[in-house]
Amino acid sequence: MATIHVNHSASSGVFEAGQAENPADEIAVPITLRINDKEHSLRIDPRTTLLDCIREAVELTGTKKGCDHGQCGACTVHVNGRRVLSCLSLALLHDDEDITTVEGLGTPEAMHPMQAAFLACDAYQCGYCTSGQIMSAVALLSEPCGSDDVAVKELMSGNICRCGAYANIVAAIQQVRKRA
Amino acid sequence: MHIFEFTRPADSAAAINAAAQSKTAQQGADVRFLCGGTTLIDLMKLNVETPTRVLDINRLPLDKIEDTPDGGLKIGATVRNSDLANEEKVQRNYSVLSQAILSGASGQIRNMATTAGNLLQRTRCVYFRDTAMPCNKREPGAGCSAITGSNRTMAILGTSDHCIATNPSDMCVAMAALEAVIHVQGPKGTRAIPIGDFHLLPGDTPPRETVLEPGDLITHVTLPPPIIGSRQVYLKLRDRASYEFALASAAVVMSVVGENISYIRIALGGVGTKPWRSPEAESTLTGKPANAANFRQAAEAALRNAKPQSENKFKIELAKRCLAHALQTAANA
Repeated sequence: MATIHVNHSASSGVFEAGQAENPADEIAVPITLRINDKEHSLRIDPRTTLLDCIREAVELTGTKKGCDHGQCGACTVHVNGRRVLSCLSLALLHDDEDITTVEGLGTPEAMHPMQAAFLACDAYQCGYCTSGQIMSAVALLSEPCGSDDVAVKELMSGNICRCGAYANIVAAIQQVRKRA
Repeated sequence: MHIFEFTRPADSAAAINAAAQSKTAQQGADVRFLCGGTTLIDLMKLNVETPTRVLDINRLPLDKIEDTPDGGLKIGATVRNSDLANEEKVQRNYSVLSQAILSGASGQIRNMATTAGNLLQRTRCVYFRDTAMPCNKREPGAGCSAITGSNRTMAILGTSDHCIATNPSDMCVAMAALEAVIHVQGPKGTRAIPIGDFHLLPGDTPPRETVLEPGDLITHVTLPPPIIGSRQVYLKLRDRASYEFALASAAVVMSVVGENISYIRIALGGVGTKPWRSPEAESTLTGKPANAANFRQAAEAALRNAKPQSENKFKIELAKRCLAHALQTAANA
């Protein structure tokens, strides 16, 4: 009996219900992505977003799917050192580019200063938006940004926190900036 | 999302040849150029856009900002919005453009979105984005759900009985005030289109939003030489302080000699079906003293033909105050 894949997410690269077994093989295309300095050679449905590729194909699940429409920032990763929304980009666009996810920033034993600051400042509650917040905050360190909290809030406005940890997120970012 | 063939054309000519196969360059195109993806990928996920071929133009050499021989600026089609807004020459000579871009979207989206993509940014009309609802922009003749539905954020200028969708761009409003020119390369050669002629009113053909034809590739935008000494302001009013589309916005480029306005360019955002240049407001101010009474008169002129919907009458007064305040801010600068 053929396996029926149900398309839970329009962009997941999983085929619609009712298709033949492994139909995606027919349209899958090869790509090599460099994520956290490691090469991953994959075959993916062309429709696969960078977000779904990172989470489902490469199995790095630190990057989160919130709205999947570019409105919440939970999926923020770095491409060539710049923060982008992985849900609004196709994985196929990013061969020969340097992709960094939260897993590439630090480890529990050797955290990135921004990760340590988020911990020290209690800059999260449920934690779902946190990797996106941290990826955005790390990129912000090398962007034009005024010194005050208002400037940080403006440049962090693309990262929504449903728990409302904003005050401590700003404090964590300012702590890192002041030490830099 | 519908399945598509993904290719990366080697050069502009190959991209143009491939795109020329499309039946239309407008809503529902079967071939699409893909760059930042912030509009197109979103609409493809919603099945509002269903191209069968997607052409990745990210790596075409269209990503430079250069001086033009006449002292203006040439902005490549794939220059990212954040790079354009933070470019030193833009901040110094065309600051209204920098202000407008930085008032829109988020840091992540500005890192992705491009000059050409922003020119082609699609409306945020909730009915356009929902294929379960009738929409004349997606399906001509289906009807406009917004006219009888939720229309608080819809347009009040340039609307028709068929479509009242607002153009959401901030960048385009500043470019309208700066009299930008859009350069297109197509199957029949190149052409230069003043931004005022680039976007179309919905009329009875809402799917047709620009003058682009199949195969037309926006290569760059030029800005004329800067108006030396001009004061430039972009003021954007919205429901929250950041990361939100405009309810009303105003771009102003103003020069004052003595007490009188010698040069004035005005465009409005958030209220029009296209980026809304206002020659009516400009003509009330040219040669007149820069004062509050004249600014209010200009604002009245700009909104004289406004046609509100059931939920957005407030936008008329909001847009007037927005423009008057932007003009006063420029005068005080």
